[in-house]
Amino acid sequence: MIGLEHYLTVAAALFVIGIFGLFLNRKNVIILLMSIELMLLAVNINLVAFSSFLGDLVGQVFTLFVLTVAAAEAAIGLAILVCFFRNRGTIAVEDANVMKG
Amino acid sequence: MIEADLTIILPEILLSLFAMLALLFGVYTSKDKMAPLLTWATAGVFVLLAAWIGLNGGGDNVAFGGMFHDDAFSRFSKVTILLAAAAVLVMSQDYMERRGLLRFEYPVLVALSTVGMMMMVSAGDLMALYMGLELQSLALYVIASLRRDSLKSTEAGLKYFILGALSSGLLLYGASLVYGYAGTTLFSGIIIAAGDGQMSLGLLFGLVFVISGLAFKISAVPFHMWTPDVYEGSPTPVTAFFATAPKMAAMALFARVLHDAFGGATADWQQILALLSVLSMFLGAIAAIGQRNIKRLMAFSSIAHMGYALIGLVAGTAFGVQAMLVYMAVYLTMNIGTFAFILSLEKDGTPVTDIAALNMYAKREPGKALAMLVLLFSLAGVPPFLGFFAKLGVWQAALDVGMVWLVIASAVASAIGAFYYLRIVYFMYFGDEGEELDRGRSPVLWVFLMGSAAVMLFGVINLFGIEGAAAAAAATLVN
Repeated sequence: MIGLEHYLTVAAALFVIGIFGLFLNRKNVIILLMSIELMLLAVNINLVAFSSFLGDLVGQVFTLFVLTVAAAEAAIGLAILVCFFRNRGTIAVEDANVMKG
Repeated sequence: MIEADLTIILPEILLSLFAMLALLFGVYTSKDKMAPLLTWATAGVFVLLAAWIGLNGGGDNVAFGGMFHDDAFSRFSKVTILLAAAAVLVMSQDYMERRGLLRFEYPVLVALSTVGMMMMVSAGDLMALYMGLELQSLALYVIASLRRDSLKSTEAGLKYFILGALSSGLLLYGASLVYGYAGTTLFSGIIIAAGDGQMSLGLLFGLVFVISGLAFKISAVPFHMWTPDVYEGSPTPVTAFFATAPKMAAMALFARVLHDAFGGATADWQQILALLSVLSMFLGAIAAIGQRNIKRLMAFSSIAHMGYALIGLVAGTAFGVQAMLVYMAVYLTMNIGTFAFILSLEKDGTPVTDIAALNMYAKREPGKALAMLVLLFSLAGVPPFLGFFAKLGVWQAALDVGMVWLVIASAVASAIGAFYYLRIVYFMYFGDEGEELDRGRSPVLWVFLMGSAAVMLFGVINLFGIEGAAAAAAATLVN
């Protein structure tokens, strides 16, 4: 029988993978965007699991909001990334280093 | 029913309508030629809304089943946010126009992020909180990279976006845990679930995640790493905006979440906040010492100031919230004046941010140098100026709950921090003879600089009466 805790474990695992993807990745900014998306999706799994467990629809409404905002966020992130690429000619994470200290 | 709800959020609705109409107007007319007009119009709308919210309001109104609160606390924060945003818009107009930066999107985005901030400080539900926060952040990511052809500006936007999205993720994960373990997203429901003495482990985890997400937004250590780069890379008027209105909104949201949703579990978050506060004060004071770039220096200064403002929240009392609100209002005024000064620094028409360029500034422009001296002393917290009395307020709040060590730590940090503020004063008055900067030619910036310095001097008499408003605001939040 798959219960609430299984869903929460999957969500927690995905969330941690997302965070590690952000901090360990040195290669590509696109991977950062994917990691952020992974974190938000982990939250959605959490919300839907709780919603179903509690028999309360609010969690699913919340999920719809999160999905919408995540789409807007990805659009803005990619737009900024395109501007950055035009100026820098690369999207490697280690090349975003003009300002330091 | 719905009419009553809509009446309560009328200021937000009007501002969103204005932003959308301004966008249409900008697209259908002559594009950027109308941008200066639009900037002034937006600032005017902000001031009108601030006057309306400040003078009209009364009582504690709740809309949409508890999702939106219109009380003295949110009104105080909204008036401060709107006035700060209006001041920054007015200050940016000339600077941006001369550099070809003033596109009509700028006032529109500022208006949209301001709607987000107004939603944030009124939120009574995790969903409303999240939507307000994202509306604010998404607009801010874009204006950080407003200078599309500059590597620094786009890099600042990219860094702000990545770390901002991470912080939203943390906050959201916390919100999902809080929802699951409290069974509701309404603050009024969470406070019941979290208040009965023993808080469940899930709720505690949720609380910690929510706090770390919010700490990112106010740039408290250890979640501050985006601040120096974003402040340095963004165009200076945008930096001025980042340092003022969003900080107030995030701090007010912080207070609302802690008191409205977790007010029964003060002991659980006090220790976390005390740690954030001490770390911010010390990092802000020490890391700023080596900075040569005045925008980067202001970033560390704002980190340190967030640490002092957090002391008010650590106390967990109504007086603490009041001291925090007063502190933030004073901080906003000081920063507006300081950024008016930074915006006026230029050499042959290009902006200057190196503090060494200020050598012997006082000889050439004694009036502006004196005003800046007052502001820097006030930022450092030197006694006769308003900044000191703001600090005194938060210290009083901490002493009331017996946190002597926190007061001593923050006094030490502010003594260390005074060094870098006073170094700028040293450069201005006793530095080497250097190359001359252009004479300031914008009367608007001069007015803001002088006005802000005058507030620092004359505000000590009675703080212009904001203490009473702040006390009423805090009383609605903490009970």
